[in-house]
Amino acid sequence: MSDLTTSGVISPARRTFLKTGAVVGGGLLIGFHLPLANRAGEADAAANEFAPNAWIRIDADDTVTLRVASSEMGQGVYTAIPMLLAEELDCDWTRIKVETAPADKAYVNPLIGQQLTGGSTAVRAFWTPLRQAGAAGRDLLIRAAARTWKVKEDECRAENGVVLHKTSQRKATFGELAAMAASMPVATAVFLKEPAEFKLIGKSTLRLDTPHKVNGNAVFGMDVKLPGLLTAVVARCPVFGGKPKKFDATQAKGVPGVSQVLSIHSGIAVVADSFWAAKQARDVLVVEWDEGANARLDSTAIRKKLEQALRKKGVSVRNDGDAGKAIHDAGKRIEAVYEVPYLAHACMEPMNCTAVVKKDSCELWVPTQNQTGTQFVASQITGLPPEKVKVNTTFLGGGFGRRSEQDFVAEAVQLAMATGAPVKLIWTREDDLQHDYYRPATLNRLSAALDKDGMPLAWRHEMAGASIFARVFPNYIKNGIDNTSVEGAANLPYAIPNLQVSWVMENGVVPVGFWRSVGSSQNAYITECFLDELAAAAGKDPYAYRRALLAKRPRHLGVLELAAQKAGWGTPLPAGRARGIAVAEAFGSYCAQVAEVSVERGQVRVHRVVCAIDCGMVVNPDTVVAQMESGIVYGLTAALKGEITIKNGRVEQGNFNDYPLLRLDEMPEIEVHIMKSTENPGGVGEPGTPPIAPAVANAVFAATGKPVRKLPIRV
Amino acid sequence: MISLSVNGEAHNLDVDPATPLLWVLRDTLGLTGTKYSCGIAACGACTVHVDGTPVRACVTPLSAVANKSITTIEGLSRDSNHPVQRAWIAIDVPQCGYCQSGQIMTAAALLADKPKPTDADIDKAMSGVLCRCGTYSRIRRAIKLAAEMKAKGT
Repeated sequence: MSDLTTSGVISPARRTFLKTGAVVGGGLLIGFHLPLANRAGEADAAANEFAPNAWIRIDADDTVTLRVASSEMGQGVYTAIPMLLAEELDCDWTRIKVETAPADKAYVNPLIGQQLTGGSTAVRAFWTPLRQAGAAGRDLLIRAAARTWKVKEDECRAENGVVLHKTSQRKATFGELAAMAASMPVATAVFLKEPAEFKLIGKSTLRLDTPHKVNGNAVFGMDVKLPGLLTAVVARCPVFGGKPKKFDATQAKGVPGVSQVLSIHSGIAVVADSFWAAKQARDVLVVEWDEGANARLDSTAIRKKLEQALRKKGVSVRNDGDAGKAIHDAGKRIEAVYEVPYLAHACMEPMNCTAVVKKDSCELWVPTQNQTGTQFVASQITGLPPEKVKVNTTFLGGGFGRRSEQDFVAEAVQLAMATGAPVKLIWTREDDLQHDYYRPATLNRLSAALDKDGMPLAWRHEMAGASIFARVFPNYIKNGIDNTSVEGAANLPYAIPNLQVSWVMENGVVPVGFWRSVGSSQNAYITECFLDELAAAAGKDPYAYRRALLAKRPRHLGVLELAAQKAGWGTPLPAGRARGIAVAEAFGSYCAQVAEVSVERGQVRVHRVVCAIDCGMVVNPDTVVAQMESGIVYGLTAALKGEITIKNGRVEQGNFNDYPLLRLDEMPEIEVHIMKSTENPGGVGEPGTPPIAPAVANAVFAATGKPVRKLPIRV
Repeated sequence: MISLSVNGEAHNLDVDPATPLLWVLRDTLGLTGTKYSCGIAACGACTVHVDGTPVRACVTPLSAVANKSITTIEGLSRDSNHPVQRAWIAIDVPQCGYCQSGQIMTAAALLADKPKPTDADIDKAMSGVLCRCGTYSRIRRAIKLAAEMKAKGT
């Protein structure tokens, strides 16, 4: 993508998007408008005037304040994004301050076209614009110094928040120069550093948010305090699609502290002066539900519908050669059915939102991944123009895609309107697990033919499952294909001459949504496990088999070989242990993992995971390691435990006792190796998740001789 | 009226004695560092010390802590200088951070009880505190670092 040049001159067309201004008290503001990468976005960008919001402020006291447009949900953006700026600005890292950006067109993620933190895009989206802004700022400060000292610009340089003049030994801090810089025009061209010149990018840097997260100071959505704040909980119909028929609030209203019981679009809300009062009242609230058409729905029926769907002819997602014929004619044919269940996100912080609605304004405090959506929904409900909706993004106690949704925002806004008071809406853990937008359950039929050497001649992958875009962004469905459903399957990297992938959209009753690494999270499992079945049928080592098929895929091959080598692939293991390997590309990065497992008394134990990641140029290496660890643990919970089941139209699981998460004593030893690369940055938050389920499942296959065709793994 | 001490400060509270300590801390006293996540003592995010012992505040009624001394994350140290907090910063343990008050309070209680915990001690003490971001390896490393810091008095 041309937007993501690693270095070089800012072209005049791009420079015009930068603007500067002065701060009262003598400071410099740097604002910019982001050209959008997608075509729809370009039209938007052309229609919008430059939004004069300052991203960066350099104050007279040398503080550099950066407004970060992305939400901090654990992935480290409040550190990585400032590192991009600080690298080019050459400011003093210890004087960097982070502010969260409000919802505003000025802060749109240029790769998505909305102010949204998702798709592992934050560093990729802001890699170029923030470095450009930093370089432009540095250039201004140097010119301001040169003018002040009446010396040549090229005799001055910036370092650690100070501009220095070589021959006269004069120096001035950025704060001292900010007022002068603000009065000068932005340069027509500035140079970005070559990667070899980076001082900060590529060095492990302690996170700026950690000190606030060890003493209770970090404010999550749950922790917002306002004068006169009321707390609300909502009783929602446990059956998908059901609604309240009637309710009796007599007892609920008798609970001390309860102020109102009222009907909103999603159910019956109880508003009280504390969470406990609201929760107690909800427990005694009597609601008669109209359970509607889904009252008898269960997981067996859902699976039957997917089976029926799989009998239909799907839309063609990829069609190389003639897989049908090759499989039909094949001497050796392999077939398997793979399936994955619904999964909940289970963020540690349950959903919540705080809202104040007045006649001409609405203000929200919310842990959201999607400020544009939040502002839009609040605007729709209140009838206020979007710019009258102020969105304050708090820290997010986990996101994983769940917090790109607006269901909890809509409830809070309605309650604030109805009560005329500040309202904090809180979901209980049970609400959170039973009213999620789940990772779609899918059913997959795979067929393959091997040539006489055992290498795949043909591969056919037929998939059926629900579409996320059908609900969220229907316009993004092209030729009947939701890319998020087929990613990780359609882009199978192996050299197979006849390759067919097809998909049947089967939208059911259970709402589905983006779940960390989305389609790749299940499709990497399905394809990488089926590939191991082919290797086994051919009597070949799964690592050698992959290497042969990836000869023309250097980045896949690079991480595969690195992971195998570091894991000691092929070397003897203690008795009872087996290894599995998997590789996947997702969100612009390549990741391979080797898992070492044992199977004892029906229990799978993962002892060690060796992970190799190629995410292009790395901003904060320790964060990349942390995100690999995180993605692996998230995927391990799914592989070993995760399953949402439906009975009588409702989710059967309700809390961590029946929707368990991986625990510390089950944690494998994880080793992360980062490939050296000069490629543009890839994503980091999600790519660690796809390979872990297949690496573990393949190790179980190696240990037991039985392929694992269904998650969670049961032996 | 129920009397108790929170982070060294005495309180007389006119609150329903059945109210879980978690909500007394958060809603009555405004100490929001202690987190709600499950409400059934299944995740440990709400762990506080009651007379030095780690306790799940979400299922502990106020009546059970009358006249007792409570320490929350806000009261663990002044200036975040408890060895566990310093080790957490040095190793950059938190990601989203939501579970970390519970992790830190549980780890601090472990170290008070066992200054040199083994891996098995850490497993036993910490496995009930869930982290969805997967910071477990760092938690283990940070506990060992904190134990070292404590032993050396650094």
